[in-house]
Amino acid sequence: MMSNNSYTEIRNGDVPAGLSDIPVVEYDLFYEIVTNMLADERYHCVSYFCHRSGESLKFICCIADDGSGAIRIIGHEKKDDGAPLRSLTASCHAMHIFEREIHEAWGINFEGHPWLKPVRYPHDRVDSLSMMDNYPFYQIEGEELHEVGVGPIHAGVIEPGHFRFICNGEKVLHLEIQLGYQHRGLEKLIREAGGGLRRSLLAEDIAGDTAVGHSLAHAQLIESLAGFEPSLSLQAERCIALELERIAVHIGDTAALCGDVAYQLGQVACEALRTLVINTTQFWCGNRFGKSLVRPGGTNYPLTGEIAGEILKVLEEVDRRFSNVVDCVFSLPSVLGRFEDIGTVTRQQAVSIGAVGMAARTCGVPRDIRATHAFQYFRKIAVAPVMQETGDVLARGMLRALEVKEAIKFIRQLIAGREDSAEKSGRPQYDLKLRPGSIAVSLVEGWRGEICHVALTDGEGRLTRYLVKDPSVHNWMALALAVRNQEISDFPVCNKSFNLSYCGHDL
Amino acid sequence: MMLKELRILADHGKQFVPDLRKQPVSERFRGRPVISPGITEQQAGQAASLCPTGAIDGRSGAIDLGRCAFCNECALSMPDVYRFTNDYRIAATNRDDLVIVPGQDEPLKIDETAVRKDIRRLFRKSLKLRQVSAGGDNSCEMELGAAGNVNFDMGRYGIEFVASPRHADGIVITGPVSGNMARALEICYEATPSPRIIILVGTEAISGGLFADSPAVNRAFIENHHIDLYVPGNPAHPLTFINGVMDLVGL
Repeated sequence: MMSNNSYTEIRNGDVPAGLSDIPVVEYDLFYEIVTNMLADERYHCVSYFCHRSGESLKFICCIADDGSGAIRIIGHEKKDDGAPLRSLTASCHAMHIFEREIHEAWGINFEGHPWLKPVRYPHDRVDSLSMMDNYPFYQIEGEELHEVGVGPIHAGVIEPGHFRFICNGEKVLHLEIQLGYQHRGLEKLIREAGGGLRRSLLAEDIAGDTAVGHSLAHAQLIESLAGFEPSLSLQAERCIALELERIAVHIGDTAALCGDVAYQLGQVACEALRTLVINTTQFWCGNRFGKSLVRPGGTNYPLTGEIAGEILKVLEEVDRRFSNVVDCVFSLPSVLGRFEDIGTVTRQQAVSIGAVGMAARTCGVPRDIRATHAFQYFRKIAVAPVMQETGDVLARGMLRALEVKEAIKFIRQLIAGREDSAEKSGRPQYDLKLRPGSIAVSLVEGWRGEICHVALTDGEGRLTRYLVKDPSVHNWMALALAVRNQEISDFPVCNKSFNLSYCGHDL
Repeated sequence: MMLKELRILADHGKQFVPDLRKQPVSERFRGRPVISPGITEQQAGQAASLCPTGAIDGRSGAIDLGRCAFCNECALSMPDVYRFTNDYRIAATNRDDLVIVPGQDEPLKIDETAVRKDIRRLFRKSLKLRQVSAGGDNSCEMELGAAGNVNFDMGRYGIEFVASPRHADGIVITGPVSGNMARALEICYEATPSPRIIILVGTEAISGGLFADSPAVNRAFIENHHIDLYVPGNPAHPLTFINGVMDLVGL
């Protein structure tokens, strides 16, 4: 940890910072520092939130430096007097979601915020008159325009959310996405879970399709606060699980993309391959989604030679068969016609909205936490982000295919590397003592992108805040931008190409 | 191109599970638990204090599968008392039948008397369902999707998910029912023509699971309606769902 006058620095999953070490500056200076940093693409904000401290509200902003791998923490404080703050969003659009969250939870008004709308309708929101049914949708007047509302319940077996399109004929002028239907009060439950086991289970349920990603972010955060250093073999096993999750979802998404453009062979072939991968995860830990596998302090399911052998065997087959499918899918004119130049997000848009993970990498923005803020065993492996430049559905499809290849390569490397380590993985520890008066930040590159968990402890080492950020929080805006000027009939394939999380967003 | 597709088909081979009743699953899969008949009250208390979802009765040591998160911690710390078998046929028509008592080591059977007559008469050959996720974490939803995929293919029995509640014979609920989804769930159910069934899939839907006490959850719909089938799991395995539904409609 190091500090200068205006911020404290920590590293991902490393020693936490003392809450009292965070410089608290006047808002004008805070505004200047944050906007100056974020004007440079090398920095991006991973968390910005507010908490009560006596009579006043304390604000903490965590900005990741993708160049040095540091996370800078800076704070400001204000009386809880209802006075507004000058909005950061006006000069840095990526901050829009954080200021909206703070507005919804604490009632702070941000002057000049162009879009200060509800985020997820939390049960304890300040404005109880703000309801799911009276969301302030953007409207355009015009005789030739019409609105199309879809959801919360969609045609398929997926999670709920509401999409409101403004269309001119078949063409989408604007899409607004209203979320919150999945809100379960998760952050409060984690904070008040009482036991480490219950906390871990809640982390697995943040988004069940990212059970490994979120439970790893959680375990890493708790271990950081407890000063626990996982053994290299445990680190490697976690990374293997994370990459298995990436492979399974990417292949499943490839199936769904094929399904959306009625290419049935690609769909069924990929469905079968996904089954092979998730059944391998089940062979390892008894659960197809990797629930119960990642825990703070150790694991109940160490990776035995038998399991590692099975993983390698299955991946060899998946690699071969999936390559054949990919070769076919991405050379079929009928498929390419539905993917190419559809749902394009520009590089500038991606940077501006703070896109992370796949949504950024498909637009030529190299955001990958494994490369910039390496965690667990990735600190020992050189990761070069897989990139695409065109930002369309094709790029998002291709990226998945390439990342599956890359993930298989990592797993082979990880399994080989782990054998060098004589240390055991160890058993889970549910009663780790957390460092008092601290803040820790944990970043993990899940299959969607950057997962961020932040925790604050009080003087006794109890959790006073636990913040979860799924990559979807940033990337939903990318979907809204992607469908502008597209045919509305292309919405399903655009949506699928992002495959964002509703529950991970709504918490 | 044609040759490429033939190569994929050759790799693909036959993927469907021939017998959905008897398909073996991994040894480590956690399905129906077995509790030692000799469990002491002290052991039961110990297990109950360990259980993160309150699924274990502190006196008898019985496990309520409707609340169990299948985390395996009781079996790992008390292997002589608790173990999970890989028996995935754990769906039930009565809520109480999900409680596994010490010494019980029989496959679960649905209570035939609890099945409404209409269900078998009307839905045995064709059952169309509308799925509603109400605070689900997308794992149960994905497993329900998988139930219709190329491997499990429940469509072979005429069991399918449909887009509109107007076309459905019932609804399948996942998730603890978030307050923000409560009204949409009610509207969807009202839009489903009678006679209609309700199936709860996953621990969260059956009891609220980890979210049972959350102020953001609203269980009124579940409490006010007759439930036709409970399908436990975290998430429920596609085979648990398919076998449960087949039992329900009398296949």
